[in-house]
Amino acid sequence: MTAVAEAPAAVGAVKSFTVTIKIRRFNPEVSPDPTWQEFQVEAHATDRVLDALHKIKWEQDGSLTFRRSCAHGVCGSDAMRINGRNRLACKTLLKDVNPDKPITVEPIKALPVLKDLVVDMEPFFASYREIMPFLITSGNEPTRERLQSAEERARFDDTTKCILCAACTSSCPVFWTDGQYFGPAAIVNAHRFIFDSRDEGGQQRLDILNDKEGVWRCRTTFNCTEACPRGIQVTKAIAEVKQAMIRRAF
Amino acid sequence: MSAVDNPRAPYVRQKTTRSNYELYGWVFMRASGAVLLVLIFGHLFINLMTGEGVHSIDFAFVAGKWATPFWKVWDLLMLWLAMIHGTNGLRTIINDYASKDRTRLVLKGLLYLAFTVVVVLGTLVIFTFDPCPAGAAADLLPSFCPAP
Repeated sequence: MTAVAEAPAAVGAVKSFTVTIKIRRFNPEVSPDPTWQEFQVEAHATDRVLDALHKIKWEQDGSLTFRRSCAHGVCGSDAMRINGRNRLACKTLLKDVNPDKPITVEPIKALPVLKDLVVDMEPFFASYREIMPFLITSGNEPTRERLQSAEERARFDDTTKCILCAACTSSCPVFWTDGQYFGPAAIVNAHRFIFDSRDEGGQQRLDILNDKEGVWRCRTTFNCTEACPRGIQVTKAIAEVKQAMIRRAF
Repeated sequence: MSAVDNPRAPYVRQKTTRSNYELYGWVFMRASGAVLLVLIFGHLFINLMTGEGVHSIDFAFVAGKWATPFWKVWDLLMLWLAMIHGTNGLRTIINDYASKDRTRLVLKGLLYLAFTVVVVLGTLVIFTFDPCPAGAAADLLPSFCPAP
């Protein structure tokens, strides 16, 4: 009983402050040009950027449009450019992005904007589909599971963590230019199968990524590694795919 | 004009090109870079650190060097590798930064023209070089030239 009585005091103890969120709005039905709009939000130190966006949508302007599903950093729906860096709104605490100044929130770059923070993910998924993100095998189906040692599984463990949020691909300056580059996410997901001991489609995937717009356009700027909300060593994965291609060619 | 890019920029993937061209380009950049390090610093050391240093460089010095096939091959390698390495690097930069197809085409055209002029001219000089031109003052020529 005492615990219940103390609970409100504990919540009140969390520091609250007013933060300015500056959002890049775009509505093709109203204007062909995007505009910046500022909102004042009352927030707690434990609040995330997503909570601030919710407060704006629910209490101030219902027309604000953004994607979010699980809101816990797993579904990869709410990747956006916060203070000039690609992050998941649901994994970024307001107190970590300097709430003393206005916090800018933009849609991720280089993908066509549909409305406000929602972008057309189709070009991103088109590249993803091109690398054939599924297990390719030959022969009869085994009657039991396909066995793999712990070491063989560890070989591609890092790249299995991808949630396809597009934070990496839309942070890549090569992708910004013309959007022709396959992008880090597609290469990471190819890596996940190329280095899987059970998969037999490695050669085909290497062929696909040997394209003019494939791994060789990577300039190792490490933007993707910094942007990845799952902490995947993206640039390292790309380098490993390059290495596999060079071994195959010589 | 708006302050930010058109958010509805179209997206189309162009044709696929699955050759080893970019792979060889990537390997060449690394290999030629390593070789150029040796060639360039060797060149600088011989020209500037040995003998009287920079003061010894004149027509006779260059003529003397190019009298041996060793330095001819050294300089030819240096010229070609540096030009291909640099041109390929700039080609990559143009591909990365030129967003309009026409800009890209024009810049690459100029680049390849400059490449051709420098490589052809340089190669020609190395192979057709005359260390003892007729009618030149004897004190400017290398010692092995016959007296006029």
